[in-house]
Amino acid sequence: MWDYSETVKEHFYNPRNAGVAEEANATGDVGSLSCGDALRLTLKVNPETEIIEDAGFQTFGCGSAIASSSALTEIIKGMTLDDALNVSNQDIADYLEGLPPEKMHCSVMGREALQAAVADYRGEEWADDHEEGALICKCFAVDAVLIEDTIRANNLKTVEDVAHYTKAGGGCASCHEGIEEILTKVLEEKGEKFDPTADTVPDVESSPATLVAGASGMTNLQRIRKIEAVIESLRPQLQADNGDVELVDVMGDTIYVNMTGACNGCQMASMTLGGIQQRLIEELGSFVKVLPATEMPKSAAGV
Amino acid sequence: MMKGIYLDNNATTMVDPAIVEEMMPYFTEQFGNPSSMHEFGNKVGFAIKKARKQVQALLGAEHDSEIIFTSCGTESDSTAILSALKAQPERNEIITTVVEHPAVLTLCEQLEKEGYKVHYLKVDTKGQLDLSEYRKLLSDRVAIVSVMWANNETGTIFPAIEMADMASKAGVMFHTDAVQAVGKIPMDLKSSKIDMLSISGHKLHAPKGIGVLYLRRGVRYRPLLRGGHQERGRRAGTENTASIVGLGKAAELALEHMEYENVTVAAMRDRLQEGIMDSVPYSFVTGDPDNRLPNTCNIAFEYIEGEAILMLLNKQGIAASSGSACTSGSLEPSHVMRAMDIPYTAAHGSIRFSLSRYNTMEEIEKVIEAVPPIMVQLRKLSPYWDGDRPVDEPEKAFAPTYA
Repeated sequence: MWDYSETVKEHFYNPRNAGVAEEANATGDVGSLSCGDALRLTLKVNPETEIIEDAGFQTFGCGSAIASSSALTEIIKGMTLDDALNVSNQDIADYLEGLPPEKMHCSVMGREALQAAVADYRGEEWADDHEEGALICKCFAVDAVLIEDTIRANNLKTVEDVAHYTKAGGGCASCHEGIEEILTKVLEEKGEKFDPTADTVPDVESSPATLVAGASGMTNLQRIRKIEAVIESLRPQLQADNGDVELVDVMGDTIYVNMTGACNGCQMASMTLGGIQQRLIEELGSFVKVLPATEMPKSAAGV
Repeated sequence: MMKGIYLDNNATTMVDPAIVEEMMPYFTEQFGNPSSMHEFGNKVGFAIKKARKQVQALLGAEHDSEIIFTSCGTESDSTAILSALKAQPERNEIITTVVEHPAVLTLCEQLEKEGYKVHYLKVDTKGQLDLSEYRKLLSDRVAIVSVMWANNETGTIFPAIEMADMASKAGVMFHTDAVQAVGKIPMDLKSSKIDMLSISGHKLHAPKGIGVLYLRRGVRYRPLLRGGHQERGRRAGTENTASIVGLGKAAELALEHMEYENVTVAAMRDRLQEGIMDSVPYSFVTGDPDNRLPNTCNIAFEYIEGEAILMLLNKQGIAASSGSACTSGSLEPSHVMRAMDIPYTAAHGSIRFSLSRYNTMEEIEKVIEAVPPIMVQLRKLSPYWDGDRPVDEPEKAFAPTYA
């Protein structure tokens, strides 16, 4: 059985705003019938202020699809259309106190219904910008289509590459067989063969030569600038998930960072830290440890 | 918590208290290894022998040595199929059906990647096979036919005996995944041409983690697990003694209750189906009601989704299961529903009720009362529904983007 939060269950058992909104002047129909979810969102928008005065939903779908629809209508009522468009699927999931990874697409459907309804109100065409594939990585909710596209766009060759670019496979590693299959298929299209030993990132910890060269090749200032640059380069990826990271301090080989937004307290935070650490190790060419700033020694934190 | 009503016996069953009692000594004083040369092991060896005979009786097998204890139905299926391929390397084709359990389907998909040719027999709208299509595929290139005896989702029974005869005439090995059929359909394997058959203990009130592969004497065989001499070297690994004893007892009880299953349980199932169909419009029975396990009925409720139905049933203490995509986390509804060409709007709302001899008519009446309001409640939320009926031309009236 799914591990639904109490809020999900409550919204499923007692959905808010079920049915068509009265005097609705915007409609968004989205979903995928084959995967069993479809949602019609209706809005009553005040033409003067563009404020959403009422919202209603009709959903063909599972418990979390109904709960996500209900949450969406509650969140956007009273908002202007522009503000409503800033509501992300993570906001819907947060409102419901989280959704299982397999069910995150229910919150995506909510956000898309909203985009479709706003487009309808404004007389624009709305086209869905993504296709959903089978869920491969359950730790980070990454599907096959995204992995395939990323492999193609970036010429990825190994499971490690895929983990760096999409996070897929960076957690419990159970999906590595699935990722290898996708790599095999995509590489075959280009007439290449998947080679599990190809271009793997050298294991820095066990190769002291790299470690020494890397560590000695930079001044302290250069090193910190490099760390800043790496963290800066990782921010867009985290921001896409409504999270963020900032550099707090560097003490020897230990780098302290603050995770904020959706990353803060998220169960994936520690895995995300692992990903940042991995990238820093590669870029610096020496071993470093990345820890949350909360674990900084008291005296160093300036108390 | 109030006592629930359990109608999900095709998923798993309650372990009969009489079976638990029979098993208990094998966790405590009878802990010996049956292979050991001392008194501790000896008695356990006798208990396994008895269990083997009990399973033999339920299957109507000619010899008790044809019973190989395994860890589960999946292991039995894998062992059977891989054995046939290994023993006949010159044959590289497999015949199975599109509605098999994942234990067989996923293995076959993997074997395809490894270069084997797999023929998937299609089913009609009632979930039945076309035997003339099957006959055409039988050839000396086929290593094994693996066809389930009864379908877990709809209860539809395949003509396993007849199909085994046809395979035998063509000189092809025949395996059947009978995990749902054993204990519900009387069997006499010695008079059949079935070469291999899989059982799963927990489907017939034995514990989880125990299964059987029936292997007809003389059928060429290659073990999946090699090691010690357990199960005459055909399945190495120390015996799961307590569970083997439990499965033996379960087989004995299943044989005793065969008539009860086919008369009383079937009558409860029929009453359930009739009660629901009478009060819920826009619903229909899936599968082949004339050739069906006595304990199973699968009803598709149109324009609503199965997981939502199950959650509301569960709130009232009623346990069933669904062919919806959402219950499994996959993107497609049940492959069995799709194979029967059931539209998406109904496939996602298909609910399986599977009974056992522990259900009562009183429970069934409660379920008949509980179901209709749930359907009304969910249809109210459905974009395909308007008032007391579906919207006109539902698939046109609501055609979401990226369907």
